Amino acid sequence: MNEYALGQGLWEMGFAAAVPFTLVALSAMAVLLADLWLLPSQKRALPWAALAGVLLSAASVAFLWNEEATGFGGAIRLDRFSAFFAMVFLLGTGLVVLLSSAYARREGVERGEYYALLLFGTSGAMLMASAVELVTFFLGLEILSVSLYVLSGFFRQRPASAEAAAKYFILGAFASAFLLYGIALFYGASGSTTYAALRESFGSAAFPYSHGLLALAASGLLLIGLAFKLGAVPFHMWVPDTYEGAPTTITAYMSVVSKAAAAAAFIRVFGASLSSLQQDTSAVLWVLAVVTMTLGNVVAIAQTNIKRMLAYSSIAHAGYLLVALTAAGEAGYSSVLFYVLAYVFMTLGAFGVVSLVRKGEGGADAGAEALDISHYSGLAGRHGLLAAAMAVFMVSLSGIPPTAGFFAKFYVFSAAVRAGEVGLAIIGVLNSLVSVYFYMRIVFLMYMKEETVPVRGSRSRAGWVALAACVLGTLLLGVLPSSFARLATESIASIF
Amino acid sequence: MGVTVSQYLAVSALLFAIGVAGVLLRRNMLVVLMSVELMLNAANLAFVTFARMLGGVEGQVIVLFVMAVAAAEVAVGLAIVLVVFRTGETTNVEDVSSMKW
Repeated sequence: MNEYALGQGLWEMGFAAAVPFTLVALSAMAVLLADLWLLPSQKRALPWAALAGVLLSAASVAFLWNEEATGFGGAIRLDRFSAFFAMVFLLGTGLVVLLSSAYARREGVERGEYYALLLFGTSGAMLMASAVELVTFFLGLEILSVSLYVLSGFFRQRPASAEAAAKYFILGAFASAFLLYGIALFYGASGSTTYAALRESFGSAAFPYSHGLLALAASGLLLIGLAFKLGAVPFHMWVPDTYEGAPTTITAYMSVVSKAAAAAAFIRVFGASLSSLQQDTSAVLWVLAVVTMTLGNVVAIAQTNIKRMLAYSSIAHAGYLLVALTAAGEAGYSSVLFYVLAYVFMTLGAFGVVSLVRKGEGGADAGAEALDISHYSGLAGRHGLLAAAMAVFMVSLSGIPPTAGFFAKFYVFSAAVRAGEVGLAIIGVLNSLVSVYFYMRIVFLMYMKEETVPVRGSRSRAGWVALAACVLGTLLLGVLPSSFARLATESIASIF
Repeated sequence: MGVTVSQYLAVSALLFAIGVAGVLLRRNMLVVLMSVELMLNAANLAFVTFARMLGGVEGQVIVLFVMAVAAAEVAVGLAIVLVVFRTGETTNVEDVSSMKW
């Protein structure tokens, strides 16, 4: 067989579906090897190598944007949906790498493993979004999770970081076991683990298990695993501690990529394949959405640590995502996609600002991270740009126009209303009103208060580029939402 | 007299329940880790049972994947327990609580 025929053979096997995340995984290995060869003085090249891998994979996704392929015996699928999510993950990873290039060096954790694990995690997330088979999805989830367990404990000397990793690991492994048992039950019920088989068997009335106890148990177990990744109440216990203890850039990565990956897998499994169980799942999701939004927003008010506040805010945002998932249908799911995209910009931006702000001269711990909310008092006087960026992200997170957060929430709640979930939409709007309080408190502190502790912002150019990209994205999605909303709708249409 | 499918599944469910109880009730991180492994192996038993019931090998292949994943998870988990022990001199999950609220 000549090379051309081999290439064509691979193409016909659907190898194209694996190209984007294979490129990410290969660049992770390249980063690991480069770390061994580079001299200590050359290690500054590592983030750029990781960024090159991200860009390479993004280019491959762009190249395959209009392709559709199913590969590896129906295990993974390339369509607009997986391409959209791949772009979201790569965007998030690229921004985190830029932010890390300053943060990791300052904190003394700039090692090859750091960037390699970030890339491995991203390849796992991409696998989760493109999997159309339960075990492949499980593998993607585990690749993402195991990378994150290590990354959240990356400050090996600090008890808080070790504690973050321990809590994340124990609860994460616990949730994965539930998920796996759910997969086993699905396999037993339908005789196969592909989503196509699930759709076929659970969709037909002749199928013996389509509404029985087995179907409910299996989807309940699967739901527990996904709700854990999403950080939904009552599976949220790890979120505040892990977000607080983990390195700030990793917290940003976790809140964006792992949440988006869970949402993608949820839509593929419950939206596109198990839609016959929708009546049963939507009642559970309704409750989860209400508790998650409310607990996240109410507890966030009481926080004094900014990372912990953003952790509870991310729980609340998981609640809004659950509102959209409850609404279901094409409108509900495409609002999830828009939300995820908006969430990347505003959350990464907020955590990015946190990672760039440090305690200034004069204190005993000068140069340490300024993590207390009171440290943000008077930031506008000293670092006008940093404060302005933070203000944009806070406005967007609380859902005020003209920012991405407003339209993200608008699409979610209007999808809920259209699906007949008016009560849920009202609870959601009330919740966003509560959230305005703690987001605006940061803006108030930055602009209206005097400085209490001297802080200084990092001058890392890469960090500033990432922040500028986040501000631009947040405003762009708020000013021109319709073209992105159309993109989301098209992506959803490709899986139904 | 052969063992029936439902008997295998009952054992699997029992193992899973023991694992859940172990994670929720035991305080030593290593025992918690073992309990998680028990839960994964309960799922493995269910996969093999279903494979036998359905007359295919798919479930047995899945078990190999799960074993690989479980090995990776244990490696990372033990490393984390070690780091926790080095920073705090404890493997008791109740003592690992410097962060509150």
